[in-house]
Amino acid sequence: MSTTRRQFLKIAGLAAFGLGTSSALDAADAVAKDMPGAKYEVGEKHLAAKRWAMVIDTRKLESREDFERIIHACHTVHNVPSIPNKQEIKWIWTDKYDRVFTDDMSQHLSPAVREKDYLLLCNHCENPPCVRVCPTKATFKRADGIVVMDYHRCIGCRFCMAGCPYGARSFNFGDPRPYLKDVNPAFPTRMRGVVEKCTFCSERLEVGLQPACVEASNGAILFGDLDDPNSPVRKALAENFSIRRKPSIGTQPGVYYIV
Amino acid sequence: MYNGKYIIPGIVIFVGLFTFPFWSNLLTPKYERPQLAMPADQKECIEPAEYMRAEHMHILDVWRDQALREGKRAYVASNGKVWDISLQNTCMKCHANKADFCDKCHNSNSVSPYCWDCHVAPRGNQ
Repeated sequence: MSTTRRQFLKIAGLAAFGLGTSSALDAADAVAKDMPGAKYEVGEKHLAAKRWAMVIDTRKLESREDFERIIHACHTVHNVPSIPNKQEIKWIWTDKYDRVFTDDMSQHLSPAVREKDYLLLCNHCENPPCVRVCPTKATFKRADGIVVMDYHRCIGCRFCMAGCPYGARSFNFGDPRPYLKDVNPAFPTRMRGVVEKCTFCSERLEVGLQPACVEASNGAILFGDLDDPNSPVRKALAENFSIRRKPSIGTQPGVYYIV
Repeated sequence: MYNGKYIIPGIVIFVGLFTFPFWSNLLTPKYERPQLAMPADQKECIEPAEYMRAEHMHILDVWRDQALREGKRAYVASNGKVWDISLQNTCMKCHANKADFCDKCHNSNSVSPYCWDCHVAPRGNQ
């Protein structure tokens, strides 16, 4: 039986199609798989809350040493470099009243309050503008109210820095490692080109520890569940007059100041 | 053959160049699986070695999302053993010799993952 050119081309085309699809099916088979039977669970010691919040008792933080001790505790645990210029990285820092509570219109504030330093950190807002503007979902809000970042996903666009009304975010203009004296081997560093900020020590809460700044504050900083009326933060807020930073913009910060 | 003295050497050169990958592969030494430094005090990894060899990057990928986004930092392996989800504090505790474990295989396969731009390599390595 002789084959015409037309028949030959038909069979050749079918064969090529078959070969193509079979290799595509092989490729689909090769997609990475989870190990059957493996599961993911929350850790045994993990601390849970509906809404984590912090209360800073500014009356108990007086001297420069108080602040330095707290800042040092946070920055060593999280490998935050000390860069001595405008490219500095800060997770927790201090500033004066008029730059902290910018909504306050009082003209004749007590000089003691006006001259004092206030401890600043990410406010872990209820309505975080940084999360809204992040184009890659590198910054996100967890169910327990903590606003955290996935540095793997950060593309360094710095929209979040423009969005944050509290200046809580820092950009790594260069490799931070040369500015780190001692690296904490239990925590990662960051790399050039990503934004970073305070995490409310979410990694410490997972293993049952309080945030590093709370531990180092000798009781001046309280941490707990804002939705639990018996938590230390709710008790402190019930007994004292407290303020938050820039309440008028509606971000609902999770950091309260007792003044 | 018309112009054969040009055509035949031309074909020989063409075939030689075209089959370069095949004969250069035959001439170079055969690929050998690198000898990796295994942790001395541990017999088995979190999952069987074949699975880890093929899917360790997938596992790290899922680990990162589960730990960071879902808040689930305990990995219950297929044999029921529970592990803390952490590259630096779990994986690298056993595989402390990064140069002779991670790097050796990655180098011979020409892959350069950038884990260590941020994650801190184990001290035993420096």
